[in-house]
Amino acid sequence: MSVGTASPRGPHRESAALAFRGTAGSNDSVPARQRGKSAERGRRPRQLTAGRIGLYCFVAVAAVFFLLPAVVMVLTSLKTMPEIRSGSIFALPASLDLAAWAKAWSSACTGLDCEGIRVGFWNSVIITAPSTVFSIAAGALLGYALSFWRVKGADILFAVLLLGAFLPYQIFLYPMVRAFSMVGLYNTLLCIIIVHVVFGLPIMTLIFRNFYAGLPVELFNAARVDGGGFFRIFWNVMLPMSTPILIVAAILQITNIWNDFILGLVFAGRENLPMTVQLNNVVNSTYGEREYNLNMAATILTAAVPLLVYFVSGRWFVRGIAAGAVKG
Amino acid sequence: MSKTTAASRKRDIAPPTTAGPVDGAPAVSPQAEPSVSVRELDIAFGAHRVITGLDLDIAPGEFLVLLGPSGCGKSTLLNAIAGLLDIADGEIWIDGRNVTWAEPKDRGIGMVFQSYALYPRMSVEKNLSFGLRIAGLPRAEIDARVKRVADLLQLDGLLKRRPAELSGGQRQRVAIGRALVRNVDVFLFDEPLSNLDAKLRNELRVEIKKLHQRLGNTMIYVTHDQIEAMTLADRIAVMRGGVIQQLGPPKEIYRRPVNRFVAGFIGSPSMNFFAGRLEKTGTGLCVKLGDVDVPLDRYGFLAQPEAGREVTFGIRPEHVGLGEAPAGHFAIKGKVELVEAMGADTIVWTSLAGHPLTIRTDGETEIRPGQTIEFGFDPANACLFDAETDLRL
Amino acid sequence: MAAAHRRTFNTATLVLVPFWLVVLAAYVGTMLWTVQISFTASKLLPVNTYVGFYQYERLFSSTRWIVTMQNAVIFGVLFIGGALVLGFLLAVVLDQRVRFENTLRTIFLYPYAMSFIVTGLIWQWLMNPGLGIQKAVRGWGWTGFSFDWSVDRDMALYALVLAGLWQASGLVMALMLAGLRGVDDEIWKASRIDGIPPWRVYLFVIVPMLRPLIVTAVVLLAISVVKAYDLVVALTNGGPGIATELPAKFVMDNLFTRQNIGLATAAATVMLITVAAVLVPWIYAEYFRKARKGAAT
Repeated sequence: MSVGTASPRGPHRESAALAFRGTAGSNDSVPARQRGKSAERGRRPRQLTAGRIGLYCFVAVAAVFFLLPAVVMVLTSLKTMPEIRSGSIFALPASLDLAAWAKAWSSACTGLDCEGIRVGFWNSVIITAPSTVFSIAAGALLGYALSFWRVKGADILFAVLLLGAFLPYQIFLYPMVRAFSMVGLYNTLLCIIIVHVVFGLPIMTLIFRNFYAGLPVELFNAARVDGGGFFRIFWNVMLPMSTPILIVAAILQITNIWNDFILGLVFAGRENLPMTVQLNNVVNSTYGEREYNLNMAATILTAAVPLLVYFVSGRWFVRGIAAGAVKG
Repeated sequence: MSKTTAASRKRDIAPPTTAGPVDGAPAVSPQAEPSVSVRELDIAFGAHRVITGLDLDIAPGEFLVLLGPSGCGKSTLLNAIAGLLDIADGEIWIDGRNVTWAEPKDRGIGMVFQSYALYPRMSVEKNLSFGLRIAGLPRAEIDARVKRVADLLQLDGLLKRRPAELSGGQRQRVAIGRALVRNVDVFLFDEPLSNLDAKLRNELRVEIKKLHQRLGNTMIYVTHDQIEAMTLADRIAVMRGGVIQQLGPPKEIYRRPVNRFVAGFIGSPSMNFFAGRLEKTGTGLCVKLGDVDVPLDRYGFLAQPEAGREVTFGIRPEHVGLGEAPAGHFAIKGKVELVEAMGADTIVWTSLAGHPLTIRTDGETEIRPGQTIEFGFDPANACLFDAETDLRL
Repeated sequence: MAAAHRRTFNTATLVLVPFWLVVLAAYVGTMLWTVQISFTASKLLPVNTYVGFYQYERLFSSTRWIVTMQNAVIFGVLFIGGALVLGFLLAVVLDQRVRFENTLRTIFLYPYAMSFIVTGLIWQWLMNPGLGIQKAVRGWGWTGFSFDWSVDRDMALYALVLAGLWQASGLVMALMLAGLRGVDDEIWKASRIDGIPPWRVYLFVIVPMLRPLIVTAVVLLAISVVKAYDLVVALTNGGPGIATELPAKFVMDNLFTRQNIGLATAAATVMLITVAAVLVPWIYAEYFRKARKGAAT
């Protein structure tokens, strides 16, 4: 693959193609020749056919299905508990009450600790930032080596990595725990970062390999004639061209690592639990009365970072999906 | 003088050309040490042998074109000379040094690529100087060399631009410049013009020719375009299936193709071929094409063949003339089936002995389809190949 | 000269060494270790008392594991099938020059950006029997309406499917839309000249053309079925009873809370074999056969 194929076509070509198809569906009822001559002149009138109405109904239902949970989540987070208990889940809050948000951020309880979800937030930041940087660096270097340098056994290395990308974590976890315990790293920040880099390696390698495989090999050859060695070509020729794939990789890794639950749960240790784990603890293992408004506020806060990445990155996010998915 | 210092190992297919003096040959003494020498080269991709036992010597200052259809191994050979791919066996010598295992940068070569292969995030100046900076040359030296090349290729105003801000022709000039700044004796060109449109291609072709005349470097140039090959080359190596079919000056390749493949590959429209058989006549031999006999008294055989041999007879469209033929020429009548006006030329389609024949004539001709015409050719211009081996007779 | 030649190639080889070590240790080594433990009598800690296939016998005679496998199949089929159909429909709809295309695409895909934990918690709240959608709809007069799937033994698995579809259909949509936009316009022109109705073109021309993308989508969705742990933990925690237990959770529970390491590693090995049986031919076909073909030309 090249990442280029992953991105949708340019907007102008797209609209031209769609315009053509849009009319295709609407003109099969009346043969043009039966209409009056004057009716055939000029621009074809746009008709609202049954098919078109059905289409929009489907779109509307789908939009509601996808949007409703988010809307309910926001509404609930803005209500007070009495309001939640008495009213409908769809009802608008009586007043804009941000108390639940404040409480979720700074004093939500997990067990006996009532430090708020912010603890998990900062843990996630501290885990995500280095994990993202190091996994991208490793993936870029390995992807470059696999694409341009003929090294014996590279195919096998890549195959094992690919397998690793698809196998369930459960097959690796327990021995890893034991191994990290043996060297005294288990349940540390370094431990969870290493784990993220290791498990991020397959997808990062894959997308960088695919990207570099899409570059003309002549460029590499030219650099070799110019006398570039392994690192020189990587640093001076390939990396400067890699901005798009670096962005894609960053989006992928930030969202993947931020959204991770299982690795954080197993490897991070009590002091470094990421936000997702803390959120689940807040919502699913609180004693006494459940505070749904607080839960929803905490949930939104947890989703905020990847959602921000999603909304800001727009099409790049889709490219990330496709880059990870499309074969090489 | 025999300037053919190289030949494919498969001598039964491509014998060293022994033809007499042909104008356009490079003024190089045969004693001079070759600039580039490829000896018994084997290249394999996995189990697939691409080139086997190839020998090639290129004289200093020579412009050699590797010509052939795609997949013939010409780019592979060039890449092997550049050191960009691993060879299975053999030696490569450049300027008297065995560079078989040398890194590309240490071979004393510069290379120009089909896709230009400019570093997209570097300015033209940085592109030109990248190799020099890696080599650790002093700043002043780098600047001087870049300036000299920029002057030579009229790149002065473009030095600060990125490749994306250049036209195709400008990009290719920068790519050539990148080879020039290296101050090397041997330049390798890998189909450098095939990404350009027809007009630019012609302009740059002339520029490359001038550059060669001015610098006098050894140049090895890969192309599938026979016009580029004919116009640029001192010698052309026509390749097929990893084997050099014929090596010689353009005119010789055109006039005396050693086998049917070379004859058909060079020339446009391509040579007309007819199956036939050699027969005895009162004065010598003729070739019998169906019910037509073409006398071969004027044809220069390499060695007098015996009668009864199955042959392929070839004649180029431009060697067939319309109207009454001069004495000694072969003449016949035929019906015009198709006329293709191409501006300067017109291609007339008729038939000879039941097989189609094209005739190239001037653009002013008034011939119409259905008309019966008289045409003929000088059998001295024809080519005869053995039907089995496809070798020239 | 020979030395120089070899040195540069060694740089690349040298760079690969640490990667080899990581891959061998973190992937191959741990995998073999897991398999090894599955043949021992390990409980809280790994021991080296080999018991042959005892743990596997235990595993397959445990109702919990059987139910878990059944759940995985039902969840997998419905989730993958549903996401494919829904995602493809959404992509086709967006391909019809609808208004607000960009907005709609953003709406369909945003759940995919979020954690499964978030998805699980949202749907847990929506399906809250006392305060969720069920209460609201009953309040509108439909007193028979029930939407308490996450706590309903018979419906809990479908609750997982629903939440999964909400999260992952957008992924399929994005993939398919990219594929549809890549279809040559001339296909549409030709079909229009031939008078073929668009739905037939989609079904009989476009879908076969998108086959590689569909395979990719199935693989991605299947991976998330096999890895499904967080969604279950957040939405139902395996309950009610064992109605929504899935293999990944079974292994995790036995590893870290039930102290049944031998059994857990046996289950993990069964997962491994199942996945590998599907995966190895696919990886070979996708990455290596094509690469060979390309290299030959």
